[in-house]
Amino acid sequence: MSQVSPRLAITITGTGTRFTRVLGVLAVVVMTWVVVSGLFLTPQDVVQGDAVRIMYIHVPSAWIAYIAFIVTAVASAFWILSKRHSMGFDRVAGASGEVGVLFVAITLVTGSLWGRITWGEFWQWDPRLTTTAFLFVTYIGYLAVRQLEGSIEQRARRSAVIALLAVLEIPLVHFSVVFWRSLHQKATVLDPNGDVKMDGLMLFTLFSGVIGFTLVFVWLVVHRQRTMLLGDLADQQGLDTAILARQNEGVSD
Amino acid sequence: MNKISGVRRVVGAVLIKDLRIEVRSRVVTNQVLPFAGLIMIMFAFALDNDDVLQRVAGGLIWLATMFSLVVIVQRSFAIDTSDGALDLLRVAGVDLSAVFLGKAIALTMQLLVLDVVLVAAAFLLYQVQVSAVGFVLLVTCVIFATTGLGFVGTLYGGLTAGAKGRETLLPLLLLPVMAPVLIAATRATEAAFGSGGAVTSEGWAWVGLLAVFAAVFGLGGTLAFGPLIDE
Repeated sequence: MSQVSPRLAITITGTGTRFTRVLGVLAVVVMTWVVVSGLFLTPQDVVQGDAVRIMYIHVPSAWIAYIAFIVTAVASAFWILSKRHSMGFDRVAGASGEVGVLFVAITLVTGSLWGRITWGEFWQWDPRLTTTAFLFVTYIGYLAVRQLEGSIEQRARRSAVIALLAVLEIPLVHFSVVFWRSLHQKATVLDPNGDVKMDGLMLFTLFSGVIGFTLVFVWLVVHRQRTMLLGDLADQQGLDTAILARQNEGVSD
Repeated sequence: MNKISGVRRVVGAVLIKDLRIEVRSRVVTNQVLPFAGLIMIMFAFALDNDDVLQRVAGGLIWLATMFSLVVIVQRSFAIDTSDGALDLLRVAGVDLSAVFLGKAIALTMQLLVLDVVLVAAAFLLYQVQVSAVGFVLLVTCVIFATTGLGFVGTLYGGLTAGAKGRETLLPLLLLPVMAPVLIAATRATEAAFGSGGAVTSEGWAWVGLLAVFAAVFGLGGTLAFGPLIDE
């Protein structure tokens, strides 16, 4: 559970370890390569021109957004199913949810920019876009539930249930939107799922982007869940200090 | 066998309790129904075109239903938490799944009444028309959609019950979850009304989706309501 000696909290000076430092350096190296290759080395697309370069950020961020959502759901399920209800699962779920919101936002913004250049519009009611927008709102709701007042256990229970309900909700939303668009919109101006013929370097850069974003995701989640632990410990320590102060008042009287 | 009859008794007791509160306070009748009617009138002011109103009547009915649902759910759980009634039910060792079902059925029944009034308002204000087959589709759609909304409203109402800022949190959580119902119920209602050249037979697939939604959240709510409340 979250009961760790208050002394431990005092000795912790940061959230980094050798593992996260190595991870961070790797992430920086890979992301630098993606930026250089994506902006300067890869060729323009025949149809889309320079707009295709947005793909090197857009596709990996969408990938991470969905991975984050799955991590949140799986960690929540582990929290519910584990006998000890280890708070580590709750913190990973929460940290992954927060990072997920960030990456869904990046996905939506980069997708809109690409859409403006390619389709001439920031937004289309395409099933994939609409589902992603719902994912964003659902995540925000999940984070709002985590901010509700109550004990750490209450936070864990409520948010775990919400995360698992979202697993039911998102496929239903996706299916209904696909069904809706299939009836009302036979063809879009430009097929958003249109296959892009890629040369080797473009594919490699995109693949590097996925690897780089995954490293950044893991780095962020590890750090965030550790700052959450420190936050929980600080709350606990504040309470312990207050109790001790009251007890001392009683002794000194 | 005993457990089942016990569950049935609790479901019945909670259902009657919620309906009795409504009969005595008349909040749905005196406040929520006029509020929903007002939404329908305000839509007419905003859209200001008979053809457009006829075309979008289905969507407006379900939007008005969902806004009203948020109000009803908030009030229902405010009553349950203000005097610690929900805590007393927990202390009494009552099966919380049964409490969920009782409250969901009560909410569904109130929504059914609300939708009858809203559909009537659409006939009067928006001049929609419906065939005999379309009427059967409309009734089926209303039954499944309100059942799904009853389940999901009760589940999220329970989650936010007693929490600070629940007035703003509940719509944020509830509206995205209700999106499939809004899409499916609107399409089915448009098919029933024949809005925009929609064919009645197109509506039945959407009713199927409404039934799936109701089943999923009925089951999910029965399982999740206890852990959410029990703290």
